[in-house]
Amino acid sequence: MMVINGNLRVDLRLIADMVEPGSRVLDVGCGEGALLAWLGRNKNVDGRGIELSMAGVSAAVSHGLSVIQGDADTDLKDYPSGAFDYVILSQTLQATYAPKTVLTHMLRIGRRAIVSFPNFGHWRVRLHLLLRGAMPVTDTMAYEWYDTPNIHFCTIRDFLSLCRGLGITVERSIPLDRLGKVLPLPNCDGAANLFADQGLFVLSRQG
Amino acid sequence: MSPSESPVAPAIPPTGLSVELGRDRPIRLDCGAELGPIMVAYQTYGRLNADKSNAILICHALTGDHYVADPHPITGKPGWWSELVGPGRVFDTDRYFLICSNVLGGCMGTTGPMEINPATGQPWGLSFPVITIGDMVQVQARLVDFLGIDQLFCVVGGSMGGMQVLEWVHTYPERVFSAIPIASAARHSAQNIAFHEVGRQAIMADPDWRDGNYLLEGTRPHRGLAVARMAAHITYLSEPALHQKFGRNLQNRDKVAYGFDADFQVESYLRHQGSTFVDRFDANSYLYITRAMDYFDLAAENGGTLANAFRGARTRFCIVSFTSDWLFPTPESRAVVHALNAVAANVSFVEIKSDKGHDAFLLDEPEFHATLTGFLEGAAAHRGLPRPGAAVVGRSQP
Repeated sequence: MMVINGNLRVDLRLIADMVEPGSRVLDVGCGEGALLAWLGRNKNVDGRGIELSMAGVSAAVSHGLSVIQGDADTDLKDYPSGAFDYVILSQTLQATYAPKTVLTHMLRIGRRAIVSFPNFGHWRVRLHLLLRGAMPVTDTMAYEWYDTPNIHFCTIRDFLSLCRGLGITVERSIPLDRLGKVLPLPNCDGAANLFADQGLFVLSRQG
Repeated sequence: MSPSESPVAPAIPPTGLSVELGRDRPIRLDCGAELGPIMVAYQTYGRLNADKSNAILICHALTGDHYVADPHPITGKPGWWSELVGPGRVFDTDRYFLICSNVLGGCMGTTGPMEINPATGQPWGLSFPVITIGDMVQVQARLVDFLGIDQLFCVVGGSMGGMQVLEWVHTYPERVFSAIPIASAARHSAQNIAFHEVGRQAIMADPDWRDGNYLLEGTRPHRGLAVARMAAHITYLSEPALHQKFGRNLQNRDKVAYGFDADFQVESYLRHQGSTFVDRFDANSYLYITRAMDYFDLAAENGGTLANAFRGARTRFCIVSFTSDWLFPTPESRAVVHALNAVAANVSFVEIKSDKGHDAFLLDEPEFHATLTGFLEGAAAHRGLPRPGAAVVGRSQP
């Protein structure tokens, strides 16, 4: 499902387009740093990354990126408040131990947070569970239940409800298909929750 | 009488460079004493560019020296990082100007307990003041002043060298554009102090140590120093590395000899490490330098909060640790990373997979070398250092 667009996966390109030039960005779960590299090259962004895999970190640092080995659950607490303009968490929220804490830290550290995750409310997922009675395995959720790193799946509706509970402002809410392209859906949560394979959100602190 | 006029012939063959520092302005040490003038032995590689922006200071480890990429004058062995230094290598001598000096308290030409105290005309011995990592760095800064360099492009070092790197950023943040502490820590752990104490006790228990006066009395505490080295050497390796290299293999025999000769290869290896070490290292230097490492605690110097040591630093950091290093294990590096994150510093951190233990930073580890190259490349781009060969082309373009 890797779709390259100007050397950047389409969903990452979508995120990259949201970032203002010259801003400070923390990419949590940055992999080999494709997004950070693109942002540095094209938007003069001061970028930092956190990545769990040793291979990812090593590749990123070897390309001159500022990336540390760590993970969202343990390392976000160290950063001072307001240190970044954007904290990005792409396709990783569902793999964290404490998504609520992670989200809270992201919006403490950053002025804005950009979050994307696979939508467990998609009709194919619902149908899979309804008809087969087994945990769904789809393009965006490609693991069996026993070996998945995704321990906290949620639907778009669940996520928006958590944001409301935490007093987080949802500035933008973008439904994506399984390739990471924007879906032309009516601007209502119900449609997105049923038809979007993934959700992409721009969040900010209230007030 | 200055040391350079001393009648005692220098123990070190005159390779490398040497400079007298602190004649007008003595070095004020952490212990309160003043020292000066002092001699500093150093080596350089590559050329300093016109705006003096391409200098890299390499800080050596406990028993290292400034012969980074030259044959060692006593052992004849290649320099300890010779594989990393040269045209097109990690520390590209076509691009960077490399500096490495023997630390204060050392025994390879820089003023230390083995050298002659100009006030008495005799070797310092234990009358040499107790020094710290901070004192070593202060002397390095004097050398960098002497070389006319305001800001170092990078300060890099492993183990004790990494401690110096951290101290550099703490003391002279504006003088360090990028910093690479490798297999190091912001403080010496209780376990590491314990190992150092074993080494020191071994030296001081040797009757030939003579309360530190062995140079005057014509003896050398070789047995004590060798045992110190043997104990320390174990801490530089790892259990898997020792197992792979030696296992329980016997040394030149088919069965154990029911005695205390070196039955096992690992014993023979350690004895060899000990006996060759004493040819190139001074026992009192070993006491002083291990003490300096023991005293190092950057958090304690900054109100108990390590982050305070780096507040406001704009230095780009690359922190490296190795999975099998149990002397300076990854959590020590991670503590530095957390402190740097807490002040939103620019930091990279890589834990390299290696079974070679603490010594991995001195050995052929391709992933480690790729990390260093990539980080330096990125830092050079931010510093505006041209690629080798690219400068002329760049200038000729309209």
